[in-house]
Amino acid sequence: MAAAAERKIGLQFEKIEKRYGSVHALRNLNLAIAPGECVALAGRNGSGKTTLLRVASGLTRPTRGSLSFPGLVSDRPPQIGFVAHATMVYDELSAEENLLFFAKLLGVSDRQARVTELLREVGLTERKDSLVRTFSRGMRQRVAIARALLAEPDLLLFDEPATGLDPEATDWLTEHLRKHRDQGCTILMSLHGQSDMARLATRAVRLEAGTVVADTRSSATLQSIFSFAGG
Amino acid sequence: MMPLLSNATAIFGKEVRTEFRSRELLSSTIVFVLIVVVLFSFTLDTNSNESRRFAPGLLWLAFLFASSLMMQPCFLRERTNDTLSALRSSVSDTFAIFLAKIAANALFLLLTELLMLPVFAVMFNVSFVAQFPGILLTFFVGSLGIATAGTAVAAISTQARMRELLLPVLLLPLLAPILVASTEVTVGLMSPDPFMQWKGIGFLAVFDVVFLTALWLFGEYLLEE
Amino acid sequence: MAKRFLFGLVAIALVVGAAYSSLLIAPEERTMGALYRIFFLHVSCAWAGLTAFSICFAANLLYVWKRKEKYDGLGVACAEVGLAFTTVVLITGPIWAKPAWGIYWTWDARLTSTFILWLLYISYLLLRTLVEEADRRALLSALFGIFAFIDVPIVFGAIRWWRTQHPAPVIMGGANSGLDTAMRPTFWLAVLAMHVFMAFLIVERYGLERMRGEVEMLRQEAEG
Repeated sequence: MAAAAERKIGLQFEKIEKRYGSVHALRNLNLAIAPGECVALAGRNGSGKTTLLRVASGLTRPTRGSLSFPGLVSDRPPQIGFVAHATMVYDELSAEENLLFFAKLLGVSDRQARVTELLREVGLTERKDSLVRTFSRGMRQRVAIARALLAEPDLLLFDEPATGLDPEATDWLTEHLRKHRDQGCTILMSLHGQSDMARLATRAVRLEAGTVVADTRSSATLQSIFSFAGG
Repeated sequence: MMPLLSNATAIFGKEVRTEFRSRELLSSTIVFVLIVVVLFSFTLDTNSNESRRFAPGLLWLAFLFASSLMMQPCFLRERTNDTLSALRSSVSDTFAIFLAKIAANALFLLLTELLMLPVFAVMFNVSFVAQFPGILLTFFVGSLGIATAGTAVAAISTQARMRELLLPVLLLPLLAPILVASTEVTVGLMSPDPFMQWKGIGFLAVFDVVFLTALWLFGEYLLEE
Repeated sequence: MAKRFLFGLVAIALVVGAAYSSLLIAPEERTMGALYRIFFLHVSCAWAGLTAFSICFAANLLYVWKRKEKYDGLGVACAEVGLAFTTVVLITGPIWAKPAWGIYWTWDARLTSTFILWLLYISYLLLRTLVEEADRRALLSALFGIFAFIDVPIVFGAIRWWRTQHPAPVIMGGANSGLDTAMRPTFWLAVLAMHVFMAFLIVERYGLERMRGEVEMLRQEAEG
């Protein structure tokens, strides 16, 4: 994973606006994330966290504004790993088939080796031939994470990744995140409330009604961002 | 170009592999077409020569109706776990997703049609053996057109309400030219003095090219968020 | 306000003038007698309808490219107006056909493509009612409008090649076509009148659509 650490990219949102009809999911959102930072995104439901992450991943086109990746080597598109609410893997395929499929699409070199390595890393080697349909929520999340890591992403985006996970799975996820953070990966994760995962963050940003209302790097105030008027 | 084709092939492989595991789409479609063809045959005297003129039209109508049902899961399936987002972020050109789905849908349609052929032959007392290459070509070009327009419309209807009814309502008028051309060519192949109407095949090919081009130009907007 | 009123007045005056001309000024037709006069209404509406749909197509393309709400408004206005004119075509066609050829309807190139055109734009409007969010609705209907419009010439080609019974086109046909010179002024007056009337209706409908959009926006802002 040494190669990933060298490729540090940041994330810059400039005057981002996203309208769905007359609903402003994001309004005049400005945020600059430095390469290697681990940012926790807090906010109530409907504050724009998911939309922000989807804009960052390129899935949602902003109505206005621009997104850039400082530090990116110009001719390469940024490799982004996105873990959302939905698992984004096929229930009717096995864990290994899913990963091989996406690896092929992404053009990952030496696919089989990479997939085998990832399966081992997320602890699914024994169940690699089972259909994802038979997996528990925690195991599905692991496949989702493995999929996000396939192309050795420069940037990791997590949308409330611990939802529906039991404490054991949550611990595993936290450790995994810590490992990537320590390897220098830029991480932006939306979290619901204080948790062990929030403690990994070096910076916390709070969204409300589609815009940034609080932003801190100080470890003292970091955790309080989550309890700001309503969690 | 290469990434586009290799992406499309990979997705096509996934579609086919998934379908052949459960075979639920194929089997439902085949049964549906069978039922429709049987019902249609109740409306005709299948032994008369006249029925040979009407039969191909009814066959293609049955295929059209089947396609409007068969295309429903195309993008709906990708919504379950939001795998559509995974696809969109993994490919360099969204057209690859469309190409793959069109090819898969065309294949499933073609398989359904070929399986229906013997049933049709028995019901209407026609033999297709001699004309089989011609029939195969017609089915292929026609199914490609149906799959192209169908996939495009499925992408639209998935995002609206009443989508089960909306898909046929949007799709069937668009497919009117295919119905006419395919029927005419099939009639020619089924007549007592069979002949191949190349004009019809050419026409179907034009339809395919036009709609494929339109999808190439506008496809990414269909999947946009 | 005064401009719009004047525009409407001019449009209506032209239509009345064209009607008068069709009914009283144009000469008697050799074989069909008085009934042929409906031809002026039928063809001018057909052309106006096609023009409206062509503008709709352009508006659809512009919306996909520029994403400005006004193109969506123009698109729906043209679709509705085009549909209205096409309905007139589909009604006047059989009225003329029965005495002229003995049958109300036939599946020939022009009639069939007109009917499919009509069905496609009805579907276009139906699609719009089934998508709630304004931006999605605009984008999806624009894309469907594009597919529908490129399909129409193909439909026309298909039917013309394989099943046609429409009399050799009177205006744009081959060697036998040609409107009697005495009828031409009336004909072109009718075409002009219908196009001006079409433009007036589109402008009005577009204005309505803009107003509706503003009201919607105000309502949303008021609600929160």
